[in-house]
Amino acid sequence: MRRIGYWTRGYGERDAASVTRTTWQAWLLTDAPASRGQAAWGRRYRLWRDFSRNPLAMAGLILIVLLVLAVAFAPLLALQDPAAQNLPQRLAKPSAAHWLGTDELGRDVFSRVLFGGRVTLGMVVAIVLLVAPFGLAVGCVAGYAGGMADRVLMRVTDVFLAFPRLILALAFVAAIRPGIPSTILAIALTAWPPYARLARAETLTIRGADFIAAVRLTGASATRIVLRHIVPLCIGSLIVRVTLDMSSIILTAAALGFLGMGAQPPSPEWGAMIATARRFILEQWWVPLVPGLAIFVASLGFNLLGDGLRDVLDPKQR
Amino acid sequence: MIAVQDLRVRFGAMEAVKGVSFAVPHGGAFGIVGESGSGKSTVLRALAGLNADWTGRMSVAGQALGPKRSRAFFRRVQMVFQDPYGSLHPRQTVDRALGEPLIVHGIGDADRRILRALAEVALPAASRFRYPHQLSGGQRQRVAIARALMAEPEVLLLDEPTSALDVSVQAEVLNLLADLQAARGLTYVMVSHNLPVVAHLCPMVGVMQGGLMVETLSAADLRAGRTAHPHTTALRALSTELEEA
Repeated sequence: MRRIGYWTRGYGERDAASVTRTTWQAWLLTDAPASRGQAAWGRRYRLWRDFSRNPLAMAGLILIVLLVLAVAFAPLLALQDPAAQNLPQRLAKPSAAHWLGTDELGRDVFSRVLFGGRVTLGMVVAIVLLVAPFGLAVGCVAGYAGGMADRVLMRVTDVFLAFPRLILALAFVAAIRPGIPSTILAIALTAWPPYARLARAETLTIRGADFIAAVRLTGASATRIVLRHIVPLCIGSLIVRVTLDMSSIILTAAALGFLGMGAQPPSPEWGAMIATARRFILEQWWVPLVPGLAIFVASLGFNLLGDGLRDVLDPKQR
Repeated sequence: MIAVQDLRVRFGAMEAVKGVSFAVPHGGAFGIVGESGSGKSTVLRALAGLNADWTGRMSVAGQALGPKRSRAFFRRVQMVFQDPYGSLHPRQTVDRALGEPLIVHGIGDADRRILRALAEVALPAASRFRYPHQLSGGQRQRVAIARALMAEPEVLLLDEPTSALDVSVQAEVLNLLADLQAARGLTYVMVSHNLPVVAHLCPMVGVMQGGLMVETLSAADLRAGRTAHPHTTALRALSTELEEA
């Protein structure tokens, strides 16, 4: 935001503002860093500067930070226990007592959305933590090793890529039993192949580069080359892809919840909340609307964040 | 120091090098010249162990080379690449690039060695923690040379080390290479399409055409125009024409 003002402000003002910011900025932006740490922080600061110049990306970041804070402090922010029923107060309109109204069992919708965020975002984080390192490892190994290992790993990836995500997740959940752990496993199972392909494509372009040949000429082992020289270059585009995929993971998790295959009642998962409230969509529209908005805001935030990160982290897009 | 006999390298069905032989004495310098696609860089990469699909006999310091090279080989033989923009890892500082060979070979005393290596290639100590994008082409090539020298090799393979640099920087890097050879007693094999560059550094020159080494002659003979093979004569004529133009 400050950047926009930068051009419109007078010279005097700009100088006054820059004096207070020179010392630490100069330290970060120097051409001759004095230590490893200074060089690394300087690079990070440059990335952050590029990122913060993009207002949409900043909006996405702020949305996500607010959402994470709200969900983390849900017990403090919630008006009441999300499972506490109050049948006389069922399907109440938004009021001072119930900011976003109540659902069909008289439970406070605001509190349920906050606690539901824990379930939904927790699932997303668990899936990403399972999927991204696995896909990265498969892709980098296949790309660097080449030959037989590449063919076997990529055909396995193709097999998983061939299944439609929601259908496989549905079949998987139905075969075991509906619930959060099987939802996480089911989505993870269908979400890793794109990361493996992405990491493999990046590795293939990197491994022929002269700087990798130079590392090979030091006598470094293949493990060292992949972990220390190839993976760091793949991580940027992987982070971008993961952030952009967050919204589709949220939607899949919500869809499974909506179909009754995800989190089970009385757990307040966003998709399941919409499913139980869809009967009242015409008369008490705010009951299904609120979790729907929550899904929308979370997906939008991750998409904006991902777009902004792509501009900064993916050098090919620049 | 280096002996290559009847080296053949294939890429699939195409034979890029069709039986090349040469020898370089200890502390000597051998230049390979030829047009693009004559197989000169391929010879160098096969010698460095970057291309495993070769037949023939190669030996360094009396030890025969196999398709896989030992760590001891990489301490003895190092290479400098043509493109200084592609031969340094874009996310690693100069410090990291120079420290890598020390870590791999378990050589201690990294701080002092890195500073000494920077001084040796005439780079300021302030450039130690810069990223490659903060350096000029000539500075990058100096970093690449310093990196090749970190593990104190005896043989340096130079793959067109100056062709990506502009003329004034070319001379600086060539002089640096000449000084390093004199100071350390290094053995060079240098590939280039630029005859004056090769003749400046290498007393013996091999001329390649279509995967064959058609002539081996001394730099003095090359300068004086005492060439035997028509391709050498043609290359020399082209080179002098370009210089006069």
